[in-house]
Amino acid sequence: MDFELTEFQSDLAAGVRGLCEGRFALDTLRRAEGSDRVVERDGWRQLGGAGVFNLCLGEDTGGLGLGLADAALVFEELGRALVPGPLVASHLAAGLIEGADDGSVVVGLVERPNHGSGATAPRGLAIPVAPVVIEHLADLDVLLAVSDEGVTSIEPSTLDATRMARPMDPLTPLWSVSSLPAGTPVAGTDVSSRWRRDGAVLTAALQIGAAAWTTELAVEYAKQRKQFGRPIGGFQAIKHLCADMVVRTEVARAAVHAAAVTVDQPDVGDALVAAAGAKLLADEAALANGRSCIQVHGGMGFTWEVPAHLAYKRARVLATQFGTDHELAESLAESLAESLAESLVQSLAD
Amino acid sequence: MDLRYTQAEQSFRTGLRTWLADILPSLPSKPAPNDWPGRRTYDTHWQRLLFDAGYAGVDWPVEGGGRGSSPVEQLIFKEELERAHAPYVGVNFVGLLHAGPTVIAEGTPEQRRRYLPPILKGDEVWCQGFSEPDAGSDLASLRTRAVRDGDEYVVTGSKIWTSHAEVADYCELLVRTGTEDSRHRGITWLIMPMDSVGVEVRPLTTIAGSAEFAELFLDGVRIPVSNRVGDENDGWRVTMVTLSFERGTAFVGDLLEAIELLSESVALAHRTGAWSDPGVRRQAGHLKAELDALWALTKRNVSQAARTGVPGIGGTVFKLAYTETRQKLGEFSLSLLGRAGLAAHDSEGLDGLGSLPAEAMVEDWLRGISLTIAAGTSQIQRNIVGERILGLPKEPTRGL
Repeated sequence: MDFELTEFQSDLAAGVRGLCEGRFALDTLRRAEGSDRVVERDGWRQLGGAGVFNLCLGEDTGGLGLGLADAALVFEELGRALVPGPLVASHLAAGLIEGADDGSVVVGLVERPNHGSGATAPRGLAIPVAPVVIEHLADLDVLLAVSDEGVTSIEPSTLDATRMARPMDPLTPLWSVSSLPAGTPVAGTDVSSRWRRDGAVLTAALQIGAAAWTTELAVEYAKQRKQFGRPIGGFQAIKHLCADMVVRTEVARAAVHAAAVTVDQPDVGDALVAAAGAKLLADEAALANGRSCIQVHGGMGFTWEVPAHLAYKRARVLATQFGTDHELAESLAESLAESLAESLVQSLAD
Repeated sequence: MDLRYTQAEQSFRTGLRTWLADILPSLPSKPAPNDWPGRRTYDTHWQRLLFDAGYAGVDWPVEGGGRGSSPVEQLIFKEELERAHAPYVGVNFVGLLHAGPTVIAEGTPEQRRRYLPPILKGDEVWCQGFSEPDAGSDLASLRTRAVRDGDEYVVTGSKIWTSHAEVADYCELLVRTGTEDSRHRGITWLIMPMDSVGVEVRPLTTIAGSAEFAELFLDGVRIPVSNRVGDENDGWRVTMVTLSFERGTAFVGDLLEAIELLSESVALAHRTGAWSDPGVRRQAGHLKAELDALWALTKRNVSQAARTGVPGIGGTVFKLAYTETRQKLGEFSLSLLGRAGLAAHDSEGLDGLGSLPAEAMVEDWLRGISLTIAAGTSQIQRNIVGERILGLPKEPTRGL
C-alpha cells in the first residue's frame, strides 16, 4: 500500500499545470466572460493532445491506457486553472463519440429528468427537475443525455433552447429547454452507471483543484494586505480561516484520490460509495473555500475584478452535476443501511 | 497511488489476526474505569502478551528492542487490534509513545539498557510531566525549576494533565534550568522516579466524572543528574524529536471506533424509526463521507511517513478534521437517544424497543469534548497550519 503519488503521477500533474499556466492563463480565459461560446477550439485540441480526453482509453483504441486516478490528477489541475467547457463530458465520451478523444469534437452531457415521477435513481444519484439546463450548448458538436436507461445522442441544433440571461458563472453559458427529445441510443446502462460514477469523481477532482487555488489566492492576499500596521494573515481570525481552507482541501483530496484509486482497483472498496463521499466533500470544500477566499479579500473580494468569485461560482455549477449534496448524502445513508442489513444477516447466520 | 496491500503486508495481517483470535479469549475481564491499580495490572499484562508474541514496540526501531515495522505494518497492527476489540495501550501510552522513543533517540546506552526493556515488557509504567497550570498551549513558558546540587537536580514546581500518575513508576519531566525568561532555550528533560520524596499526586476529576489525570506537586525532589536525557537546556529539542514519532497512525484506533459508533447509531435510528427522517439519513450519510475521507487521509499520511520517515503536516490536518467530525458524531448519536441520552444509563425503551446504548454514547459524547483540547488545541493546530504550511506571519510570543 502506497497512497502517495508515483513520480509519473507527479510529473503528469506538473505537465498539465504547465499547459494550463501557459495556454489557459486566467487573464486570457476571462476575455470570454459572458460569451455564448467559451470553448476555444485550438485550446480544446491542445487539451486533447495532452491526453485530457483519451487518458483512460485503452492503448489499442488510441488512448493512453491510464487509470481514473491519473485522470483525477489531471482534472485537479484543470479545476485549479478554472478551464471552462464540458471537460468531464468529453472525457467520458472519448471512445464512444468519434473525435472526442483528440479534442476535435466537443461533447456535452445532460442528465435526463425523471418526469413527474419524483423517483429516486439508484443510490439517489442525479435527479434534476425541469427545466433542463444545458451548459455550453453553442460550443457543442454532440449532446449526450444520460438516464437510468442508458445514453442517447441528441443533435444540439435541433433543440428549442433558450439562452439563460446572466448565468452565474460567466464562463459557463447556459441554455434551458422544457423537454429533451428522445435522441438516438448510443450506449446502455453499463455505460450510464459508469459515467455517473466516474463523472462524480472527475467533477470532484475539478472541485478540489479550485479549492486549493482559492486557498493560495487567499493566503497570498493575507500576506500582503496590511491593516492595523500588520499583514492581516498574522491575525488568528484570518489565519484560522486559511487553515480551515487547507483542512477542507486535504480531507476532500484524500477522498477524491481514494475514490479514483478504488475505481481502478475494485478489490479495495466500494467505488460507488467512495465516489459519492468524495463528490460530497469536494463540493463543500470548493464552495466553502470560495466563500472564505472572498471573505479574506474583504470588500475587494466582492468586486468583479478579483477572481475569487469565479471559483466560487464555478463550484456552484459543478455542485449541481453528478449528484447534489442531498442526493449524495442519501446515497451514502443507503450504503450504511445496506451494511447494517448485511451485518444483521451475518449475525443471524452465526 | 496504490491502495492494495503487498503479499508481505497481508501475511503480517494474517499472522496478527490469528494470534489475536487465539489470545483474546484468554484475557481476564476488564477492570472498572476508575480502578487504576486494576487497570495497570490489566494493561501491563496485555503488554507482556504482546512482548512474548514479538509485537511489543511494533513502531520502535530494532536497536531500541522494538519490531521496527514499516509505517504500513503499524497501520495494519492498529487496525487489526481495533477490529478485534483488543485492549488499548492504556497506562503504557507514555512509555511506548513518548518516553521510550525519546530515550531511544536521545538517551545514553546506559539509559537505553535500563529503561527500554521494562517498557516493552510492561514491567514499568510512565507518565508525562510537561504542561503546567500556567504553561499549557505556551509550553515553553514552563516554570518548574531544577537547581543543580552536586550530582543531583533539586526540582520544585507543579505539573498538570498527568495521566496515570497514580500508577506510574517514572515521569518524563520538563524542567527550567535556564534563566526565568529563557523559554525553549532553558528547558531540560529528566527521568523522575515517581516514588521520590517530595512528589505529591492530586487526581483531577474530568467532566466525564473520571479521575483520568492528575496534578503533580514537586517540592525539592532530588533527581540524579544521570537521569538527564540530552544536554542541560537542550530539553526542548529532545522533546520535539519524538513529536513525529507516531507516523500518521496516532488516531487509527479512534477512527475505527468512530466508524463503529456510526454503525451503532444507524442501527439505533432504525430501531427508533428516526431513519425514516431524511434529515437524519443525510446527517448519517455525511458523517460516513467524512469518516471514509479520514481513513483515506490516514493512508495518505502513513504512505508519506513510509517515504520520508516523518508524517509531515498531514497529522495536524487530520487532527483538526477528525476531532470535529467525532464531536459531530457524538451530537448525532445523542440526538438519536433523545431524553434517554440525559444519563449514562442504559434505559429500556418503550414498546419493546429494547435497551438503549446510552451509557456508551453519553460517555463517548463527554469524552469527545476533550478532543479539540488535548495534545494541542484546535486553535493552536490552526496556528501551526497557518504558519508552518501556509507561511503566514507568526503570532507574537508575548505582549502585543
